[in-house]
Amino acid sequence: MNKTARSIPKYIALMLLSCFFLFPVAWVVLCSFKPQSELFQLPLSFIPRTWTAGNYTFALSQSNLLTNILNSGVVSVTSTILAVIINTMSGYALSKYVFRGRNMIFGVMIATLMIPLQVTMVPIFLQLKSLGMLNTLWGIIIPPAATPTGVLLARQYMQTLPNSMIEAARIDGAHEARLFVRIILPLSKPIVATITIFSFMWRWNDYLWPMIVITNNKLQTLQQALAGFVGQLQISWGSLLAMTTLSMFPVIIVFFAFQNYFMTGISAGSVKG
Amino acid sequence: MKHLRRKRLKGNFNQTVAPLLFLTPNMLIFVIFIIIPAFQGLRMSLMKWSILGKPTIVGLQNFQRLLEDKVFWITIKNTVVYSFFTVILVTVISLLLAMLLYQNKLRGEKSFRSIFYIPSLLSMIVVGIAWRFILGDEMGIINYLLRTIGGSGAGWLTNATLAMVSVIFVSLWSQAGYYMVVMISGLQAIPLELYEAAGIDGATPIQTFFRVTLPLLRSTILVVVVLSTIGAFKAYELVKVMTNGGPGYATKFIVQQVYQAAFVEDRMGYASAMSLVLMLIIGVFTIAQFKMTGGEQDYE
Repeated sequence: MNKTARSIPKYIALMLLSCFFLFPVAWVVLCSFKPQSELFQLPLSFIPRTWTAGNYTFALSQSNLLTNILNSGVVSVTSTILAVIINTMSGYALSKYVFRGRNMIFGVMIATLMIPLQVTMVPIFLQLKSLGMLNTLWGIIIPPAATPTGVLLARQYMQTLPNSMIEAARIDGAHEARLFVRIILPLSKPIVATITIFSFMWRWNDYLWPMIVITNNKLQTLQQALAGFVGQLQISWGSLLAMTTLSMFPVIIVFFAFQNYFMTGISAGSVKG
Repeated sequence: MKHLRRKRLKGNFNQTVAPLLFLTPNMLIFVIFIIIPAFQGLRMSLMKWSILGKPTIVGLQNFQRLLEDKVFWITIKNTVVYSFFTVILVTVISLLLAMLLYQNKLRGEKSFRSIFYIPSLLSMIVVGIAWRFILGDEMGIINYLLRTIGGSGAGWLTNATLAMVSVIFVSLWSQAGYYMVVMISGLQAIPLELYEAAGIDGATPIQTFFRVTLPLLRSTILVVVVLSTIGAFKAYELVKVMTNGGPGYATKFIVQQVYQAAFVEDRMGYASAMSLVLMLIIGVFTIAQFKMTGGEQDYE
């Protein structure tokens, strides 16, 4: 038996598994283009018999959906920019400086991994309240930007950068901040990309943070809007599927544009959060 | 002399003040939004606390109540059952998927990895909605297909046992690809020579798997086990949209119960006591993870 023939059963297995992983996504996307009347019309058909964008126009006109998408976008982008800046700064400090308390600070940051939002949501709610951050987008932008995993990734990566360059720049009289911006950041592009991608995905998909911070309809994010739709007595599936499809696409596009960073990011830190 | 002092001052700035300044924004957020709330949570668990009333210290009363709270114990039991099955199955399945795809030999291997990874990109809300649509009693496609081939369909989300099975199944669907990537990086770190040596010694593939692959993959498997355990104990969004904890309390987990006690029933002290129990469980697993993995190589 030659090599190609032997790999045929493996290919069949992989194809079936692909169907399993892709079917739910494909089914939601395809059904979102069916008219409401066809959605549950027997026999069900995989490909819509009539294609329509009606669910989308209906969803966009009926609810605050456009506002919700905009909120999600603003929060994800702003929080990601902030996360990249402050996480790489911390990673740099913890990898390229020797100072007293360094290990302790790093230890504390790692320890915060042990305290996920799920266990501190009650006091965090009160904290945000006393800071006047409830029902503001800042409340979901600032706190989650400081992810311990982001610091961990940046630190790990920057440790591999050569010290000689930093010292050479210092001898040339470069200021520390300038050194970071002009030399360290450009050398750290891969890790900046990784943190950007993961942070964007986490913030876009986030539900619990917004749930604690936001009650005002106008400030709700897309995920909140989706969950709100499900909570109704009569789910109007047509527009819900359209909204769900809209929520899936940004992350899938980002994923296919930056696939390699995703894979290295997970392998490097086994990141999640 | 003056020159020297200035130089030393500058050296001090470079080596101590600069890094602290770099660390400040991150540390501020950590302190304000993680560390202070964590201690505040400890304090609150000993108090009766509602949003408008004046907080009063009640000692261990909240914890006493917890012991007698039947729903709380049900949610603990549900979370443990869910975590147990999810962790074991996701570990085995992600390892199997990784075994199929780690060698970089097959054409299209990368594309398959990406496809298996796609569910991990979606928010749990989206995952829950998609599967609720698929598993629905009357109009879901699974029951439709079952009826077409002569079956009768099942209450995937409305029967207590089946609902738990469905939630576990959907968790596996959504996480397997993520842990597969972790497993692949572990498998790729095993030196090829070891496999060659095993081949020369005439080991069967099954022997090789148990004698070479599994022992060398130990730390990766531990990472997957610990990460998925923590993830499972935090589960909330998926059940929120798939079953809303139902039918009855069949799929209600700890986090949902905490949320309800705090923000629906306004019993914030009591909810904090519950959180504390959850924090203990998660803390034990996180410490275990760092003991087992980061310990040697990365953690100074």
